[in-house]
Amino acid sequence: MSRKVLLIEDEPNITEAIRFLLTREGWVVETHAEGGNAVETILAARPDLVILDVMLPGKSGMDVLRELREHADMKALPVLMLTARGQSRDREMAEKAGVSRFMTKPFSNVEVLTAVRDLYAQASRS
Amino acid sequence: MRDTLTGSRIRERRQISGLKQAQLARQVGISASYLNLIEHNRRRIGGKLLVDIAAALSVEPSVLTQGVEATLIAALREAAADAVGQSAEIDSLDEFAGRFPGWAGVLAQMHRRVVSLERTVETLSDRLTHDPHLAGSMHEVLSTAAAIRSTAAILAEPGELDAEWRDRFHRNLHQDAERLAESSKALVAYLDQSESPDDRQGLPMEEVEAFLDQRGFHLPELEGGEYGDDLVQHGLRSAAARSLIRQVLKQYAQDARAMPLGRLREALQADGLDPLKLAARFSVDLATVLRRLAFLPEDVLPRPAGLAVCDSSGSIILLKHVPGFALPRHGDACPLWPVFSALNRPLVPVHGRVTFLGRSAAEFECFAIAWPQPVSEFGHEPVYRSVMLVVPPGDDKTRSGAEVQLGASCRICPKTDCAARREPSILSEGF
Repeated sequence: MSRKVLLIEDEPNITEAIRFLLTREGWVVETHAEGGNAVETILAARPDLVILDVMLPGKSGMDVLRELREHADMKALPVLMLTARGQSRDREMAEKAGVSRFMTKPFSNVEVLTAVRDLYAQASRS
Repeated sequence: MRDTLTGSRIRERRQISGLKQAQLARQVGISASYLNLIEHNRRRIGGKLLVDIAAALSVEPSVLTQGVEATLIAALREAAADAVGQSAEIDSLDEFAGRFPGWAGVLAQMHRRVVSLERTVETLSDRLTHDPHLAGSMHEVLSTAAAIRSTAAILAEPGELDAEWRDRFHRNLHQDAERLAESSKALVAYLDQSESPDDRQGLPMEEVEAFLDQRGFHLPELEGGEYGDDLVQHGLRSAAARSLIRQVLKQYAQDARAMPLGRLREALQADGLDPLKLAARFSVDLATVLRRLAFLPEDVLPRPAGLAVCDSSGSIILLKHVPGFALPRHGDACPLWPVFSALNRPLVPVHGRVTFLGRSAAEFECFAIAWPQPVSEFGHEPVYRSVMLVVPPGDDKTRSGAEVQLGASCRICPKTDCAARREPSILSEGF
């Protein structure tokens, strides 16, 4: 069965690069570029993993994550958060909101791929 | 080697001449805040301005640029005081500076560099956290950099890439490179503009403070107690800043009406700086006195006065800096400042002697009070604001007041074992 990742990122060229990398690894990649209805999109898409940008139009990634975790069946969904702000308080805020892993921009392709593989493997084991 | 102590020498000479910063600044046609930056060696100085300052201080320009040993020794003394876990032989300072002037100069310069970097960390850390424009710009730059990094790495991979993908990534790379160039230029322009204290364009409150700073926080037009809107029509760019300054200036006019300048000058000469006596003499509340004192010209109030006003959430809504008084503009301030502790006991006058645990180790006398804002209906909870006047310590040691040690913000405060600490200090992490 194919693995599905939902990439929520408003920067089209980041989306394009990540989509290319993950597709090559055998993932089905769906994309979404807006925070406002991101939770509904996740609930409808039922992905195996979400990559979520923090600064999104409509609603911040942090709020999206908080709302997502309120859904009982979304508490364990792996969420990799991408942000341009790597300060410790942002990291703490993301952890409180229920992030699975936090990554600061500019990241390397290897870092993204490793994080996606690790998170998926952990989720599959549990 | 570029001389870095000219500003310190100007400050030293000015103090010897008994001139206030504002007086010297006026004489040479610059703002007091710009002179303050020069005196703290944060602005280079040369050419006509140096000659003018030297003339105003009745010294040769070379005395300011080449300096005297005393300046070097003072800098070394400061470096020794700031050293953590290392005690220097203070008694041998003169000998050290005399025998090894080159090494002494290097040490003093390194110390000033550390001070300057710490200030930069403080400013940028505060602004990165709270300035939405800067945060947005940084996000733009870093996101574009992330896109470029990912795309370039894909293109650099060994082996053939499908032609369609390759063309698409080349196009993306080109677009992102253009975007990065533009956003970087915009960011640099923004930071450059923000360097000048006379041209801050960030948040509306910064614009208001720059407006007041340019006028030395004194507006003769309002001393009659009448507010006119003409002042607001010029010199403020944003509507939000104009709205904020109206409130400040209306309050100024009201305070000036309650405490006219002539009578206030006489009262200060008679009683010195005693806010409670002034409140009784003018039959006004203490908040009025504290605000009024911060907006006086230097020839009326003998000590330079800083001011902070916050609302009950602790947000600073008006700030007047004086040298050494560093309260972060955008939050994250130390809650031990009396302006915040006054909120714990509304309407109770608070007096404290504050030692600022920065490199400057400045000391201040602070007077503060929290007072309620008018309510329009019965049964509403009062909303408080707090005002704090900050002055260099006076000679009157009889006034009771808590001794408080505090720092600019937790992140750069060296104080350990502090009940108010919110996060670890980067100073303890070996900055």
